[in-house]
Amino acid sequence: MVFKKVMASSLLAAAVMTASLAHAADVRVGLVVKALGIGFFEAANKGAQEAAKELGDVEVIYTGPTSTTAEGQIEVINSLIAQKVDAIAVSANDTDALVPILKKAQKRGIKVISWDSGVGKAGRQIHLNPSSNPLIGEMNIKLADVAAKAAGGGKADIAILSATPTSTNQNIWIDEMKKVLPNYANLNLVATVYGDDLADKSYRETIGLLKSHPNLKVIVAPTSVGIVAAAQAVKDQGKIGKVFVTGLGLPSELAGHVKSGAVKSFAIWNPIDLGYAATMISYNLVKGKATASEVSMGRIGTAKLDADGNAAMAEPFIYDASNVDEFAEIF
Amino acid sequence: MDNSRTIPNTAQDPDNTLNNSTGSAVSKLPSTSIKQRLMSWEFFLLLITAAVCVANSFASPYFLDPWNLSDATFNFVEKAIVALPLALLIICREIDLSVASIIALASVAMGYAAQWGADNTTLLIIGISVGICCGLFNGLLVTHFAIPSIVITIGTMSLFRGLSYILLGDQVLKDYPAGFDYFGQGYVYWVFSVEFTLFLALAVVFYLLLHHTNFGRRTYAIGKNPTGAFYSGINVKRHRLLLFILVGAFAGLAAVLLTSRLGSTRPTIALGWELSIITMVVLGGVNIMGGSGSIHGVFIAVFLMGFVTFGLGLLNVPGIVMSIIVGAMLIAVIACPVLLARYLQRPR
Repeated sequence: MVFKKVMASSLLAAAVMTASLAHAADVRVGLVVKALGIGFFEAANKGAQEAAKELGDVEVIYTGPTSTTAEGQIEVINSLIAQKVDAIAVSANDTDALVPILKKAQKRGIKVISWDSGVGKAGRQIHLNPSSNPLIGEMNIKLADVAAKAAGGGKADIAILSATPTSTNQNIWIDEMKKVLPNYANLNLVATVYGDDLADKSYRETIGLLKSHPNLKVIVAPTSVGIVAAAQAVKDQGKIGKVFVTGLGLPSELAGHVKSGAVKSFAIWNPIDLGYAATMISYNLVKGKATASEVSMGRIGTAKLDADGNAAMAEPFIYDASNVDEFAEIF
Repeated sequence: MDNSRTIPNTAQDPDNTLNNSTGSAVSKLPSTSIKQRLMSWEFFLLLITAAVCVANSFASPYFLDPWNLSDATFNFVEKAIVALPLALLIICREIDLSVASIIALASVAMGYAAQWGADNTTLLIIGISVGICCGLFNGLLVTHFAIPSIVITIGTMSLFRGLSYILLGDQVLKDYPAGFDYFGQGYVYWVFSVEFTLFLALAVVFYLLLHHTNFGRRTYAIGKNPTGAFYSGINVKRHRLLLFILVGAFAGLAAVLLTSRLGSTRPTIALGWELSIITMVVLGGVNIMGGSGSIHGVFIAVFLMGFVTFGLGLLNVPGIVMSIIVGAMLIAVIACPVLLARYLQRPR
């Protein structure tokens, strides 16, 4: 008798819990990151929560392993599958190792997208890149133009400080920069040098540039190591106000140089927007509002999908004196 | 079982040593009373596991679902398969910290073999063979140079992992033949995966090996008193060498299963697994100083660990909090019986 009573009450409790969970939100999205406790991903979660608030009927489950391993992420994804979430949006630790478990998730009716760091095509429906190569190239030249105007306007010599000569990403971005350069008649590219993503070599290459090109106004460094070293070199050589450094870098590393004036503005993807867009895309997939060629990202716009389901979110986000301190605390 | 830890009297059974080494003594021991059986470590673990299951099914409506439970087993079965032979090795007063690195090296070897066109059977053999070679290497160093195994295997842990990094760098190997995914992703019957079924079968084999053969009795004898075992005619070195090879072979088998489950190999595969595997063994009541422990204890501990982490995962408890809980559980479960024994034995 007692046993029966216990069973009955436990079943009742379970039923109540199921009901309350079902009412909490119509769409549950698992936002899986490379590891918990990383500023960049905490910021992405902030964006995801913003999207959830805006949509109203969404619950975002922010989760990830303690260290950046594929096995840890698989364990986390396993428990999301068990909870029967509606969508999983993952920034993957391993392009290939996550494919089998994500295939399983899709087989159980869960929509899967990857963002930031992608997984193989078989494991997801959409991959959201933070940006695209043409957009990155264009942004770098746009920033150079802003910096050239700050340095006095008129004709301006610019130089590029890259990583290694064999770095695939860097070379693609430099090509894209050269493609849009003719649209800016005032900018004159005088040199491309390589700092190998080493702080001391980048520093020496920058000093070389400053010595050999006395009319240099702007140094564009689309590498987070190079941009810091170049800014330091400009400061040490007393060229602040005459030569500006710009490119791609991290707010936490560049906040000081923005204050000193060596850097006017720079760009990198905005993690808050990335988390927001990933949540929006997941929601629209669940609701069947995505087509084979495009899907809405809410306030950010519409993502165009290529044949493999790849999308680019937006051009890199610009950081300057007005917002760099706020983001320096995040990443 | 005669060799399991009993709560009121944890380690003081000196006459067991000789009885065990002679091999025929098990039947001569006084038969365990029901009360003793209830006070055993394994029963205590079983109670906790049951409590965890009940708590989990109250906390999450998704816990008691055959498919979910089946999915959950994938998270720990490969580790559990290595824990079985490792329990024997630890009972024998040795340890192997290099198991996760052996998994990595075996996986890299399989990856290259697959690239050169090896079929599934060959891959299985290669995985286990690499494991055996690594185990043999560990075992020879420990037994021939008489260096403590903790020192040797800390070294080979870095050595095997380092070799995987040198061979593979930041590359990935994923040219596994069709059907290779059966080992780590296939199902034998309904929700019983290949991995899980294999683990159940191996657990039975290891139970018989440790508790019902001379090999098992020798393992306890060496663990309780290596010198005594030596003088009663046991080839201690050869026995330990065999156990190291056994652990290596099973790490190789785990490599086959894990590689098949992931469908790819990177040098970081199974990073940090050695500690979770040893945790399973210790939680199962195997004395880290050697001499006592049981396979059924390890078997229950595997499920206890698996259910606790899966249950917390269903509640979306962050991994950092989860490792704190598992750590606290380990300390509590180990400390409780000791404190209880002290309480029962206090002078009245």
